[in-house]
Amino acid sequence: MIAGIDVASILLGGIAAGTVLFIVSVGLSVTMGLMGFINLAHGAFAMFGGYIIVLAMNRAHFGFTVALALGFAATAALSVVLEQFLYRRLYRAGELDQVLLTIGLIFIFMAALTIVVGPQSQPLQLPPELGGQINLGFTQYRTYSVFLIVVGFFVVAGIWLAFERTRIGAQIRATVDNRRMAESLGINVDRLFTITFAFGSGMAGLGGGLGAEFLGLDPQYALKYLVYFLIAVSVGGLGSVVGVYYASLLLGALDFVLKLYLPKGGTIFIYVLTILLLLWRPQGLFGRKAT
Amino acid sequence: MSKRLIAAVAALSISGSAALAQEIKVGVVLPYTGIGAEFARQMDRGMELYLKLNADQVKPYTITLIKRDSKAPSGAEAKVAVQELLTQDKVDALAGWVYSPDAIASAPLITAGKKLAVIMNAGTAFITNLAPDFVRTSFSMWHAGYALGVASAKTLHAKTAVVAYSDFPPGKDSLDAFKAGFEANGGKVIDAIPAGGPGAVPDFTPFFQRAKDEKPDVLFVFVPAGDHAVAVAKTYGALGMRAAGIKLIGPGDITQDIKLQAMGDAAIGLITMHHYNADLDNPQNKRFVAAWRKDYGADSTPDFTAVGAYDGMAAIVHAVQATKGKMDGDAAVKSLLGWKFDSPQGPITIDPETRDIVMNEYLAEVVKGPDGKLHQKVIGQIDRVKDECKAQAIGPCAPKK
Amino acid sequence: MSTEAVPLPPVAATPGLDQPAARVLMWRHHLRWWEALPWLAAVAFYFIFPDYLGFATALLVTILFALSLDLALGYAGIITLGHAAFFGAGAYTVGLLAFHGIWTEPITSLALAALAAAVIGFASGVVLLRTQGLTLLMLTLCTMALLQEAANMAHDYTGGFDGLPSLDIAPLFGFFEFNPLYADTQYLYTLAILLVCFIFIRTLVYSPFGQSLTGIRENPLRMHAVGAPVRRRLIICYTISGAIAGVAGGLWAQTNAYVNLSALDLDRAATVLIILILGGYGRLYGAFVGAAAYLALEHFLARIYPTAWQLGLGLLLVIVALYARNGLLGLGEVLWQRYFVRRAAT
Repeated sequence: MIAGIDVASILLGGIAAGTVLFIVSVGLSVTMGLMGFINLAHGAFAMFGGYIIVLAMNRAHFGFTVALALGFAATAALSVVLEQFLYRRLYRAGELDQVLLTIGLIFIFMAALTIVVGPQSQPLQLPPELGGQINLGFTQYRTYSVFLIVVGFFVVAGIWLAFERTRIGAQIRATVDNRRMAESLGINVDRLFTITFAFGSGMAGLGGGLGAEFLGLDPQYALKYLVYFLIAVSVGGLGSVVGVYYASLLLGALDFVLKLYLPKGGTIFIYVLTILLLLWRPQGLFGRKAT
Repeated sequence: MSKRLIAAVAALSISGSAALAQEIKVGVVLPYTGIGAEFARQMDRGMELYLKLNADQVKPYTITLIKRDSKAPSGAEAKVAVQELLTQDKVDALAGWVYSPDAIASAPLITAGKKLAVIMNAGTAFITNLAPDFVRTSFSMWHAGYALGVASAKTLHAKTAVVAYSDFPPGKDSLDAFKAGFEANGGKVIDAIPAGGPGAVPDFTPFFQRAKDEKPDVLFVFVPAGDHAVAVAKTYGALGMRAAGIKLIGPGDITQDIKLQAMGDAAIGLITMHHYNADLDNPQNKRFVAAWRKDYGADSTPDFTAVGAYDGMAAIVHAVQATKGKMDGDAAVKSLLGWKFDSPQGPITIDPETRDIVMNEYLAEVVKGPDGKLHQKVIGQIDRVKDECKAQAIGPCAPKK
Repeated sequence: MSTEAVPLPPVAATPGLDQPAARVLMWRHHLRWWEALPWLAAVAFYFIFPDYLGFATALLVTILFALSLDLALGYAGIITLGHAAFFGAGAYTVGLLAFHGIWTEPITSLALAALAAAVIGFASGVVLLRTQGLTLLMLTLCTMALLQEAANMAHDYTGGFDGLPSLDIAPLFGFFEFNPLYADTQYLYTLAILLVCFIFIRTLVYSPFGQSLTGIRENPLRMHAVGAPVRRRLIICYTISGAIAGVAGGLWAQTNAYVNLSALDLDRAATVLIILILGGYGRLYGAFVGAAAYLALEHFLARIYPTAWQLGLGLLLVIVALYARNGLLGLGEVLWQRYFVRRAAT
């Protein structure tokens, strides 16, 4: 044990690590968790959005906030096109066909970015007010981490409210529970899926940009972090965005503390934790029981 | 960029077939896709630029590059590429190898193929022992690691160090090398922290927070060049470690020239030991960097991977001239033993004993220049550094049991 | 997943076989003439393209690996993204034995590789096969990742990322050397092992055991209801599948004379899954078609355009996902039905 590590820093570090995991996975928990589409191309959308955000800042000199909005919008728009022409045709197909489609998309995105932008990674230059450290009163901490924690909280709260308290949220819930019944009640399921998919993909793009400070951004992004996205969603439970939030925080914090005290354990902790949690709760922490 | 690449390849092959001069075919094995793709592009440019800047050295021969993607670092794909280059394309020499596993797996083929094989990047120390036709113009992790260990104790006057390294062989090699150099000169490594793997960029916060709490004089970090290095500089800055009196040091991989500007002001004050940076002040380098900026854009810069390829191409051209274009493996390798070259990184030679490079190592500090950009300022220099792993026959570098 | 569409053979004049179902069951395990084609093609390849045997050996190893996955995924419906765990177990068994000079005879080494992989398959199967779907997918993936990390931590023995260099494999039957430059021996040896494994798998899937696996895949509840020991059958299947993947891994190590952590990589597990879906799962020959299509396209595209060959591969996957149900073989079957069977009918 090391003396003198202050608890606040550990707690903040763990929550910050978990929040990064959540921010980059939340889009997947919408497209895969809610819609039930095995969307392995989530990372490709995140990568695309991240590129838009970083390039908008570095080349077109937009502000951080404007670039983020642009990244969300561009990714959502792209995803609507792909949804109309590709995804829609496979909603009822087997999950393995969905795997084939989305892996194919990853390859196309990777190659396209390499051709258009180049193989080099894209650095995110944060606005100066988000760099460096911030004094929180009880401790000093990395400003950007604190910023992300706040953003993550608002994202999960916003999605929860939209899901539980709005008409469209109620329609999504109804459709997820029983698609046929929802259709016979006059819900336009096709349109609903398009909107949901666009929103989830937009969130993926946003996550790609917000997480780039920690995860970097290059044409390999879509494959490199796929496992982490899948872990967050499966441990959180399919169909539960809030579950993914808690799962990310739990995994991130435990992983952080274990790495701090037992660095020799390397990268095994995240896998051990996932195995144990999934054996304990096969449906995920907040998943529904299988029907 | 891709258009230019195709054009260059086309131009090379056209000139190869049209000219009467004897064509020398060089098989290039690099990861053109995957996490190494950016290195592959730097190295491609390094080779092309050598051929362009030194056209009169090449005459009367023409060099044709046959490029193959070595893909993921599994060894197997590189091996198929090498085998086909040798048996189908009948190349006169081989070059490339970003990842050590690819070079290691190719070794039996190199031995059987009897053609000169120039390693232009892969850094595991013992690779050159595996095949008699391997010659290395890049580095081993021991070159910079050991030298920095010595310099940390003598020049930076550090007493204690914490080492954080990516948990794969170059990381462990760096740790061993630094420790050997540092502790032989009175320093003490108080903790060695494996900090994630080489694939995905980990969150360095827990590792650096641990290091910060241990209060060493220096934090020695080895991570693969690229996004890892950017994350290291950013995390170091964000955790306020400089204010806590901990110097961040490492081999030049953590200040790779192509990544330096992305690190931002957090990198200022970072101290590295390496054989090359684009700011080196010598005529060869000035010419090299100016030509690079002219051809590949004012914002682009060469880096150590490009120089490894540049020097490697120089070695191949030397062997071509020395063997009068025959490029018989034994003769080509022999012509390079003790070969001296005035490289952009300074004078280099090939050690006749080990076929590995001997070169100067520069201790450099990251500073902000008057142009508002980050630069590397040389604050110390060690001449003619050998790979100490083989020189001292440590661990796997010892001749095979 | 749908049941395999078996083209109906002509009605035999045997009494009692007028039931279509009975006909299908009677005929499905019979050898058909075209089943000799892949093997004839493989032998022809040896004589026609002697320069490509290194690549072709890697292709044969991948076919065997995909076949092993087909047994678990296509026949028993076990969705796994961790099959490289067994491939790696086999590869490291061969690699460690050879590198440390303990055992280098190739065929017995493969048997040991199969054994090691089977042990891991059995142990993980007992724990993991109570789950399904995404959970099972993630558990198999994490198990494989753990094995990879374990191999990395034991780098003093395994060489970690740098691997075990220049493995010394004894000549086959004490006579045929593995020449790194010209892969004749490797190719024929791999082909022979593939044939043996294929015959075993083919016999297995058409046996009552194999039929019960298909039953479990289609409707586990009903299989429970008819009294079949569902979990035990799944575990046995998973173990056998693991053992065959171990043989593939062992072959990979022997023919490359090299093993590193990539044997246990997610990349490898995902690629073999894609290959199997691309070719068509649950139909044995899907592994052949998928591996040949994927690897050949990758190999030759990468030679033409080393920096962005993934574009072509991605397009192929998207097109097959959109227009073919159950892979290239499924696509071929549809086309066959549409153009030949219909024409014959008119």
